[in-house]
Amino acid sequence: MQKYSIFTLARNAANYHKGWGLAWRSPEPKSEYDIVIIGAGGHGLATAYYLAKRHNLTNVAVVEKGWLGGGNTGRNTTIIRSNYLQDESAAIYELSRSLYEGLAQELNYNVMFSPRGLFMLCMTEHELRGFKRHAHANRLSGIESRMVSAEEVKRKIPILNVSPTARYPLLGALYQPRGGTARHDAVAWGYARGADNLGVDILQNCAVTGITRRGGKVTGIDTVKGHIKAKKVAIVTAGSTTLLGDMAGLKLPIESVTLQACVSEPIKPVLDVVIMAGTVHGYMSQSDKGELVIGGGADEYNNYSQRGSFPAIEHTITSLAELFPIIRRLKMLRQWAGIVDMTGDRSPIIGKTDVDGLYLNCGWGTGGFKSIPGSGLVFADTIANDRPHPIAEPFGLNRFAEGRLIDESIAAGVAH
Amino acid sequence: MLLIKCPICDCEGDETDFHYGGEGHIQRPTSSNPDKVGDEAQRDYLYVRKNPRGLHSERWLCERGCGKWFHALRDTATMVISKTYLITDKPPAELKKAGKK
Repeated sequence: MQKYSIFTLARNAANYHKGWGLAWRSPEPKSEYDIVIIGAGGHGLATAYYLAKRHNLTNVAVVEKGWLGGGNTGRNTTIIRSNYLQDESAAIYELSRSLYEGLAQELNYNVMFSPRGLFMLCMTEHELRGFKRHAHANRLSGIESRMVSAEEVKRKIPILNVSPTARYPLLGALYQPRGGTARHDAVAWGYARGADNLGVDILQNCAVTGITRRGGKVTGIDTVKGHIKAKKVAIVTAGSTTLLGDMAGLKLPIESVTLQACVSEPIKPVLDVVIMAGTVHGYMSQSDKGELVIGGGADEYNNYSQRGSFPAIEHTITSLAELFPIIRRLKMLRQWAGIVDMTGDRSPIIGKTDVDGLYLNCGWGTGGFKSIPGSGLVFADTIANDRPHPIAEPFGLNRFAEGRLIDESIAAGVAH
Repeated sequence: MLLIKCPICDCEGDETDFHYGGEGHIQRPTSSNPDKVGDEAQRDYLYVRKNPRGLHSERWLCERGCGKWFHALRDTATMVISKTYLITDKPPAELKKAGKK
């Protein structure tokens, strides 16, 4: 692998940038792998990377229906935070957030992690009380997170409308100083390049059509490019998890709905933190290009279309226009949607299944991007050792039958 | 945006005039002895969903019309609502044909 540095940049500049090699190969599928990961999004690629890097398992393939990072990894609003209420959630999201801190160095790929600070606005007394509880829980979990006053929020975000005539008054905010954003595509590309360099085959345009089993044990997958034998198969396909689960006869507590986002035309810097407003269902940050990146609540009904419904995006925009009056005349450049896999308790499912050798990592719902490094790390460990990683253990599929939910349905009060 | 027609009061409106109620025809496991309802049956009732890509039977509330619940058959990929029927009706034949489960 060609190392990216100031020296290689200078050397290639002297050569008019004609000498850069490809970042990863496009190999033909082998007939057999030790481990096949279905889904080359952030979570799948991170899993492959950590399998190779930390467990020396390199006879691994990542198969992908379309192009890598083309699903939710390339469709989210790139927010990274870990100020979750439940201990189990705080552990995995904080692991993930802390891995983001060193990810660019680890991967030798600039993922543009920007811990610019994240404010979750409180606009009702109940929200204020709820977030105070979050702040205390976070402190007990060792996560830097605290309440700030409305005055402090206004000082930090001058464009915020805190007028007493606003529909919802600002009462304060939950502040995570090391929360922020990263470049979503770069996270997928960085993990892909890292995994490929360690010997992992990334097979794009290779849709899976079946999961073959014999005697309760997984034996491989059928794909549009033929059968691939595998000792272990991992499903990491977010919104399409149910479709893959059906191939292996799994009963899953998942519903697929669309989550929309949009970006405005680029403008000069007006917002240097991430804002989330749960009461009115909207969140916003400004990208390095100057676009305002906007997201809101998920659509209401089951939907595989990757398009989304107008009322949901209208609701988000009206809320944000009320919060930030200066954005009212901005034009939107692009709007899109991803299919998110929602579980009953809004927490992910990580671990083994009833089928021997079949692993599941799904249900991240609206919180998938921020959890990519941590999810990949604990899932790789789970696959390599055929037992749940301690941080992944509470997130097993069995919790739904045991009634042991990890309730994060009000974690954000809004899609996150 | 979905355009929906209530099969009870014949009101037609867009999706904001209605309220989505999730998958239809889910039956609560019952027994005179609650101990006989297993954890798996309870899980299936509370959490497990068919979540198909294609024909989906679902419940809608005619929120700004007659206020009654009804069923709709909707394709989750194309958004086409091919049929609406009463809340007490059995699952229609086309659902069984499309459904693998």
